[in-house]
Amino acid sequence: MAEGYAKATGRAGVVLVTSGPGMTNIVTGLADAYMDSVPLVAFTGQVSTNLIGNDAFQEADNIGISRPCTKHNVLVKDVGELARTIKEAFYIATTGRPGPVLVDIPKDVSTDKADFKYPEKVNLRGYNPTYEGNKYQIKQAAEEIKKARRPVIYAGGGAVFSDAASEIRELAEIAQVPVTMTLMGLGSFPGTHALCMGMLGMHGGYWSNMAMHHADLLIAIGARFDDRVTGKLSDFCPEAKVVHVDIDPTSIKKNVHAHIPIVGDVKAVLKQLNVYLRAMDGNQSDLKELRRPWREQIEEWKRTHPLRYEQGDKVTKPQFVIDRVFEMTHHEGIVVTDVGQHQMWAAQYYKGSKPRTFITSGGLGTMGFGLPAALGAQKAYPDKLVLCITSEGSFQMNLQELATAAIYKLPVKVVLIHNNFHGMVRQWQDLFYEGRYASSQLGNVPDFVKLAEAYGLLGLSASKPAEVEPVIREGLKHRGPVLMDFHVDPFENCYPMIPAGGAHHEMLLEDPPELRNADRGALAKKKDKDKVEEGEGVLPA
Amino acid sequence: MSTRRWLAIAEWRIINNESWMERIISVQVENKAGVLARVAGLFSARGYNIESLSVAPTLDPTVSMITIVTQGDDRLIEQIIKQLNKVIEVLKVVDLTESNFLDRETALIKIHTRPEHRDEAIRIADIFRAKIVDSSPTTYTIEVTGDVDKVEALINLLKPLGIKEIVRTGRVAIAREAAKIPTRREAQAAKA
Repeated sequence: MAEGYAKATGRAGVVLVTSGPGMTNIVTGLADAYMDSVPLVAFTGQVSTNLIGNDAFQEADNIGISRPCTKHNVLVKDVGELARTIKEAFYIATTGRPGPVLVDIPKDVSTDKADFKYPEKVNLRGYNPTYEGNKYQIKQAAEEIKKARRPVIYAGGGAVFSDAASEIRELAEIAQVPVTMTLMGLGSFPGTHALCMGMLGMHGGYWSNMAMHHADLLIAIGARFDDRVTGKLSDFCPEAKVVHVDIDPTSIKKNVHAHIPIVGDVKAVLKQLNVYLRAMDGNQSDLKELRRPWREQIEEWKRTHPLRYEQGDKVTKPQFVIDRVFEMTHHEGIVVTDVGQHQMWAAQYYKGSKPRTFITSGGLGTMGFGLPAALGAQKAYPDKLVLCITSEGSFQMNLQELATAAIYKLPVKVVLIHNNFHGMVRQWQDLFYEGRYASSQLGNVPDFVKLAEAYGLLGLSASKPAEVEPVIREGLKHRGPVLMDFHVDPFENCYPMIPAGGAHHEMLLEDPPELRNADRGALAKKKDKDKVEEGEGVLPA
Repeated sequence: MSTRRWLAIAEWRIINNESWMERIISVQVENKAGVLARVAGLFSARGYNIESLSVAPTLDPTVSMITIVTQGDDRLIEQIIKQLNKVIEVLKVVDLTESNFLDRETALIKIHTRPEHRDEAIRIADIFRAKIVDSSPTTYTIEVTGDVDKVEALINLLKPLGIKEIVRTGRVAIAREAAKIPTRREAQAAKA
């Protein structure tokens, strides 16, 4: 929830939990925030200082447990240190590359008294992030951009966190460079812009991955070359020089060599870069002319291999639901997703134009992220439309938060893509593991409409394509929280897809023939029947 | 990872990668609880190897010095240094291997001494300017300080007498002032 708040606002989210199990329950959230550079400050309870290390009731080594999944953590042993520590915690969490900070407060410290002295300034001798980029390096980058024939901007989460959307747009427009974004970078460049290529990587668009593969200059902005983005490293952007801008020096040259590394805040660096680009001779129409073949090539890829699905009138396609929801909300409002196929479809079809409006769990891929994060975002912006795109697999990991939605009257609109499977797992099983649906079938439980009603929410359901739009319309009209349950084709796969270890140009674009012809429904039913006989499963409807 | 496996990988890398070599990194950190755990945890979490590690306070009582001996090629060491710098309590990181440096290690070696070996043990210790710091009717404890080669050589000579126990401090290192001797990297390049 704190993550949703932090991702939507850019301000630090705050977590308050008790000792022992309270702390161990937030480990996943901390790890998620650490991976996605989300500013969080977590206050955890601890047993009294005289009991620490004694295996006291509800004691856990909070500092030890959280060390590898926080940017920093501190045990406060003296109440006099508390004010300074809290000030430092917020400072560390929100500056440089943001991240979670944990402050562990023993019981006696939290009830102790001291004179309140809140320091004005933070003074940490070992922490001093670089904001301004090296001017020489930025100039070099500008030269390269001017020369390049097939440049690509690859924008990541850092572009969103440093509020650099307008700088990226300016850069793309003056230099006429097409922009592709990572999952975390979505929203940093308008989805409807002529230079926008949408998402890249494992489930990115055909055209953006092909553009990466053929680029001669890659301008990486606040991105960290994650394996889901790069695919096979030895075959990644084989022709490209790499300009890499990031505030975290460890991200640079970690996976991919950077020819021009620039350590600094994305916004500050791009501002400077745009100044240099503007000052260089040659006018814009020359540049436009120079880049014309490249842009035509990308358009060609886009035309020949668009995102597509075939919506018949019997079974609802999941893409159709997501596409319709975005169309009907005009790609406005805040979109929060869970993790899995629906997340990738949401990322593919999302064309929003504002940063911090696409909120998702990227690095850690935490199922169950969606609902609480949507509630956090809704709390931050009570008047905005918050969509939670989820699926029954992810949703059931944290569905108890429906109570929070009901109690605090947070009007999130939950769009549940219901396919009776852990869809992404099933997709991999179909493609790479001979259709062995081990533990990926979820059955047609629970009845989400009844569940929503039990929590006091409005529950709606659509099982036919014709019912999709009316349900969305009704759900959006409702003033309170809504759960919309869309029964979709359980066997729809998410394409394009770069198989693990493949390169950008080695995408799968549709089901291979043996999969198209296989009667997967029968297979699933047969397997499910075995399960029912063993008394553990329920047949999908 | 088992030491043997690590050594096999290291050997393979040395053969195949010119810049793969032993590095001595000195890390200045705030003298606070948990800092060592954070530094050591960073090495284990990211799969970096620690060959030896020593920690002690410096002139400034709020600062400690950690000396880490590790192995890696240029890219890996660059990552290790960057990752260390990212730790909030780390104040300064220096790869001493990039400069001329002195390194020393102390070992305490307890050996079995049958009467006919006691003279031999003293002779060996003398040659290495090592001291016998404890003696019992059946053992000597020898203290030696020097670079790794010296300590290893002494251990090898004492082995036939029967070593009962060894403790080593791990290496500490310091940069030399204004030396004109080529660095290890330059020496390696010259050899190639």
